[in-house]
Amino acid sequence: MHIYYFNICKRKLWLFSHNLNFEDENINVKIGKIIEEESYSNQKKNYLIDNINIDYIKRNKTIHEIKKSNSFEEANIMQIKYYLYILTKYGLNDIKGILEYPKLYIRKEINLDKNDYIIIEKQIYEIYKIINNKKIPNVIKDNKICKKCAYYEYCYI
Amino acid sequence: MKRSYYLFSNGELKRRDNSLIIKNTRTSKYIPVEDVNQIYVFGEISFNSKLTNFLFQNNITVHFFNYYGYYSGSFYPRENLLSGDVHLKQAVNHLNFHKRLLIAKEFINSASFNISRNLKYYNRKGITLEFQIKEIDFLRKKINNVNSIEELMGIEGNIRKIYYSTWDFFINQNINFKKREKHPPKNWINSLISFINSLIYTTTLTEIYHTHLDPTISFLHSPSERRYSLSLDISEIFKPIVGDRLIFSLLNKNMITHESFIEEFNHIILKDSAKKIILKEFDERLKQTIKHKKLNKKVSYRRLFRLECYKLEKHVTEDTKYEGFKIWW
Repeated sequence: MHIYYFNICKRKLWLFSHNLNFEDENINVKIGKIIEEESYSNQKKNYLIDNINIDYIKRNKTIHEIKKSNSFEEANIMQIKYYLYILTKYGLNDIKGILEYPKLYIRKEINLDKNDYIIIEKQIYEIYKIINNKKIPNVIKDNKICKKCAYYEYCYI
Repeated sequence: MKRSYYLFSNGELKRRDNSLIIKNTRTSKYIPVEDVNQIYVFGEISFNSKLTNFLFQNNITVHFFNYYGYYSGSFYPRENLLSGDVHLKQAVNHLNFHKRLLIAKEFINSASFNISRNLKYYNRKGITLEFQIKEIDFLRKKINNVNSIEELMGIEGNIRKIYYSTWDFFINQNINFKKREKHPPKNWINSLISFINSLIYTTTLTEIYHTHLDPTISFLHSPSERRYSLSLDISEIFKPIVGDRLIFSLLNKNMITHESFIEEFNHIILKDSAKKIILKEFDERLKQTIKHKKLNKKVSYRRLFRLECYKLEKHVTEDTKYEGFKIWW
């Protein structure tokens, strides 16, 4: 979740990591949760490994991440890449990632290349820096993203 | 949007499958649990632990009122939003005298601004209240210079005294309202104020519950008041604009009169029928929306309570300085 939020909004990352979460009443979050729960209901779901929560795994070969929409595609991809990164740390090398948008009938294959290792490690370092900073990052003030965010009222009031 | 439910009848509140049902000898009625924000219990309701667990799960607060219509307590589910960070910082802001006074001043500052605004409204309508408005504004200027909570409470008391003394002028019923009395209220107008204030208090409490704030750590009131004193603090801001305005409208439309009360064992209590009228009006008021300047969208009055909590949260976490809600329309 940290890497996902890092790629969306640094302020959200800070607030979330300090347990200041506002998601539980947000309608978009609720819809996302239902989509995640209801799709692929024949699969065994939610594998908790380390600090990652993999939506489901198929034939021990692919890990799947279910998302409501592709408006945060970059962040979605980074989240799967991070999962793959963690799994390679455990010595699992032939794993692929699949990004699923059940409502859009889209699925995408995600692989981890050499360059990604550097990017992820850099992001992890940046994330620790943000979380451990006493100061809250400023509001990003992106009208398109912020208006739909569960943190909107908190940030803008 | 989730709603408040007001239960007057006697009976049993139960969990039925994944929803709620209220049953008595004559009828049974389903209450969709997803729709419930808080429940007010005025009648005699029995329920079991299966129900309380279910209420926990759904983060529903329940407020109980006794036979006389006085608020007696709340069922406050285990905190679902916990942030050690906010909690510690809220405590620091209470323990540090200057920090505490700063927040307390802001509560009185906005509460008294809203009081003064009410009087200006009636002054514009042709009831001469200029003298009282001037006096309140004079007292408001002193707020910034106080050096203790007691002094601040003193100013607040004086503002309220002037404020209450004007009610006789613009309420077109013979209310005979001399001064504010509690425990128990000795005339009907006091009884009415107590009841409506308890509604503001409980609404605030429910909204605090949905934030990371601890309702027992307060700034203006002292936490030793055996109540959720932060709720008392934040209520101050909304009493004039939600509570008092509701009182004026109920009285001026003759929806509530002397006849709405009965005297019983030294208590002056509201009839059930009158309570229902008040709750209906109160509920509608909270649902009304205004266009919020800062958020650039419509928010309900009820949401304003929540936003006030957010601002306080942001203040204690040193995000943005707290500025109490002042009515702008």
